Amino acid sequence: MSGVNDFAFKIATANGTGSASANGLIMQAIFRMGIPVTGKNVFPSNIQGLPTWYEIRVSKDGYTARPAEVDLVVALNPATYAKDVATVRPGGYLLYDSTWPLDPTLVKEGITILGIPFGRMCVEAFERDRDRTLLRNIAYAGALAALLEIDMPIVEALLNEKYGHKKRLLDANHTAIRLGYDYAKAHIQCPLPFHLEKMDATRGSVVIDGNTACALGALYAGATVGAWYPITPATALMEAFGSFCEKYRVDPETGFNNYAILQAEDEMSAAGIVIGAGWAGARAFTNTSGPGISLMQEFIGLAYYTDVPAVFFDVQRCGPATGMPTRTQQADLLSLAYASHGDTKHLILFPANPGECFELAVASFDLAERFQTPVFVASDLDIGMNDWMVDRFTWDDGYQPDRGKVLDAEALEKVQRFSRYLDVDGDGIAARTLPGVGGKGAYFVRGSGHDKHAAYTEDSDAYQELVDRLRRKFEHAATAMPAPVFHRREGADVALVTIGGCDAAVREAADRLAESGIVADVMRIRAFPFGPEVRDFLGRHEHTFVIEQNRDAQLRSLLTIELGVRRDDMIPVLDYGGMPLTAKVVVDAVSTHLAGVPA
Amino acid sequence: MTSIAKPLVRHKQSRTNALGLTIRDYEGGMSTLCAGCGHDSVTAALIQAAWELDLEPHRVGKMSGIGCSSKTTAYFMKQSHGFNSVHGRMPSVTSGAAAANRTLTYIGISGDGDSLSIGLGQLSHAIRRNVNMLYVLENNGVYGLTKGQFSASADVGSKSKKGEANEQSPIDPVLLALTLGATFVARSFSGDKKQLVPILKAGLKHKGFGLVDVISPCVSFNDHEGSTKSYAFTREHEVEVVHTDFVPLRREITMPETEEDVAVVQMHDGVSLRMRSTSEQYDPTSRDSAYAHVRACQARGEIATGLLFVDESGRDMHDMLNTPPTPLVEVPFERLCPGRDELEALMERYR
Repeated sequence: MSGVNDFAFKIATANGTGSASANGLIMQAIFRMGIPVTGKNVFPSNIQGLPTWYEIRVSKDGYTARPAEVDLVVALNPATYAKDVATVRPGGYLLYDSTWPLDPTLVKEGITILGIPFGRMCVEAFERDRDRTLLRNIAYAGALAALLEIDMPIVEALLNEKYGHKKRLLDANHTAIRLGYDYAKAHIQCPLPFHLEKMDATRGSVVIDGNTACALGALYAGATVGAWYPITPATALMEAFGSFCEKYRVDPETGFNNYAILQAEDEMSAAGIVIGAGWAGARAFTNTSGPGISLMQEFIGLAYYTDVPAVFFDVQRCGPATGMPTRTQQADLLSLAYASHGDTKHLILFPANPGECFELAVASFDLAERFQTPVFVASDLDIGMNDWMVDRFTWDDGYQPDRGKVLDAEALEKVQRFSRYLDVDGDGIAARTLPGVGGKGAYFVRGSGHDKHAAYTEDSDAYQELVDRLRRKFEHAATAMPAPVFHRREGADVALVTIGGCDAAVREAADRLAESGIVADVMRIRAFPFGPEVRDFLGRHEHTFVIEQNRDAQLRSLLTIELGVRRDDMIPVLDYGGMPLTAKVVVDAVSTHLAGVPA
Repeated sequence: MTSIAKPLVRHKQSRTNALGLTIRDYEGGMSTLCAGCGHDSVTAALIQAAWELDLEPHRVGKMSGIGCSSKTTAYFMKQSHGFNSVHGRMPSVTSGAAAANRTLTYIGISGDGDSLSIGLGQLSHAIRRNVNMLYVLENNGVYGLTKGQFSASADVGSKSKKGEANEQSPIDPVLLALTLGATFVARSFSGDKKQLVPILKAGLKHKGFGLVDVISPCVSFNDHEGSTKSYAFTREHEVEVVHTDFVPLRREITMPETEEDVAVVQMHDGVSLRMRSTSEQYDPTSRDSAYAHVRACQARGEIATGLLFVDESGRDMHDMLNTPPTPLVEVPFERLCPGRDELEALMERYR
């Protein structure tokens, strides 16, 4: 790589110094130049002072996975100099703040060092301490605009959009951007060999994060009750839902809120609220991460055993325990699939990007109500909190929510007797009533043993009849879940099976492997339980790799447990250090394995 | 067993309420609790209260957690919808149900283990949230279903059946609720139906969270000498500090005039309470006064009962959420989904 519209760079700062708005500005400007771009924020679990990085990848071919190395690093955090230099590719560049003498750590053979005195220039140009600190970020954005040929009119237009209503701030930002830009133009050979040229490849796209997309999905699906307990990296999901609701759910005539967001005392309470609301007939959801899922286990089992719809967004982070709250992972798969004590199995959706977060969030409410059961949307920190370039979201106004089998007063009149858990249709789904309905509709939800009439039981046969129905319902759900996404190549003898946010890196890896003569089909699984397409695909290739972001090959375990695929017929490719997956990890693992296989 | 229904025999002379229902229409399955259990008396009082208030059974949600008390939701109002959830977490389930459908009457039944140990957090936060519900805490100081361990409401020095004395300080739900800002706080005794029924009715009509702590002795594990939650001890030490009469809207007020001061508290839908304190210094509409009085009674070894504090002006969960009078479950989908055009416009924000 590296060339026009094909390179990566990263900015290393300390958090709490205000770099986020500068980084967003750069990313958005490139996007508006029509060039495919992705930004990944690597941040600490802290408010101020710890290292943070923002990685931007520009790819005319539309690759969005995290790059394994960068062409340029803007090194503004002395605490991470050594680490930052190490990620620059040979022949790459390093930009530092030459207000201070060059730190010897930054010197590395084969890397060109560029110095710009951002600090000094800002001290000279601005009077307030706060401006001097914050605007240093805008100054480096200006320097990058010169070095990479980011379109200045676009940058300036973005500043106007953002600060147009605050004259002083706007002027200061324009000054700062010019400081960096002019200095770079005057002192450095601009542009660098890798730089930007306008394209027209982002017209139908947006830049959005997965948490916002999930919130938008919940809004569009008609969710009215959201319950939550703040937790990184899921917090922004409910905050986004709240701000969408303020915009779209306040009745213009009465001023009342057509939604209820309850910040609970803990995750258990959040789960209880969702289940209570689901029982009462609302579309309700919670947003959480692994620790919250652990706490919600008992309630999840209750909803499963009593056939109550509930939607859980699990924005996964590095576990176990507190783990690394600001790093990404896909390590909740097993704890979601079989959450709670006793025999339980749950429906899970695995979005790969914010676009799918929106779609699958809507689907999750339909599935939860149709199958009267908990549904998990297993996102992760990388999808949830990073800005992804995805197709614009669309909406079909013909959409009607699938409320499942619900008997209202009229329907109840037509039945002889209402038995809450009686499987009339043979699909494992029994019709429910909502509290408030009269006639024969009242029944008693109980987490204790109950029979098909919802009456208390300790009878073996009645108990088994009920849990067997739940198993039938789960099996039936397998045929209704979103199908996997396939990327097939003629004559492929290698299969790459993956899930969720690994998608971009795995597809890129398949392209790289093809260049070296390894022809691979890709199957990205989008749901649990696995549909028939998943089973059909497995076992048809010479070599099958299962690529996922956890230590214990949890997806592979699920495939073995649920489909009976021999464990050793699937080669695990595991990446669990907490960073978004790179294509290099996959290419290296597959190539190395195949090189070691006797011909 | 709860699955065995009692035959419903209608007597011609059975009185009916405004809905044409007899009191038997408010009964539930047969109780499986021990004979003489205080909880069955509470159940009977609830049936009486619901019948007298003309509650439509199907518009009631009976909510509970786990324990002997929580089982009782199956023993009253079998035409009502019920949710027996998980231990200590009924308040959250009720919060969610109330958020979704505010038009139902929610009756939460809990015990001292369910509310004051595993569920202390949920109880506290339901009070803070001011969920519109009646919360009946059937308090016997002991874990019955697991055979006699002390609960968090056991008094210091109270003896278990085996003779051990409790040394840990008790959690008093009444003082807790007063501290947390509850707007309706009462204590009663399962053996005093005359006092309990009006309190339950007032709690059902209260806007917001209504806590009724009912001393409800456990005949199997905590009714012996040395226990401070036994029938004998409670009868001996109970002091009714506020006498409350519930005055329904549709009946003419024919209360006898008395020498004592009567505080009239107007409730939200026209009904009112007439409250008579036994002490001049005590005002049941003042939180501080109520707190001090209950503490003073405790110091004297008395159990203060009655509707101890009420404030009808509090903001409940729905006021705080600014939700419409129409329950959220009845808001049509078209009003909830902004639609295609709005989405297209919104997408510009992400470019």
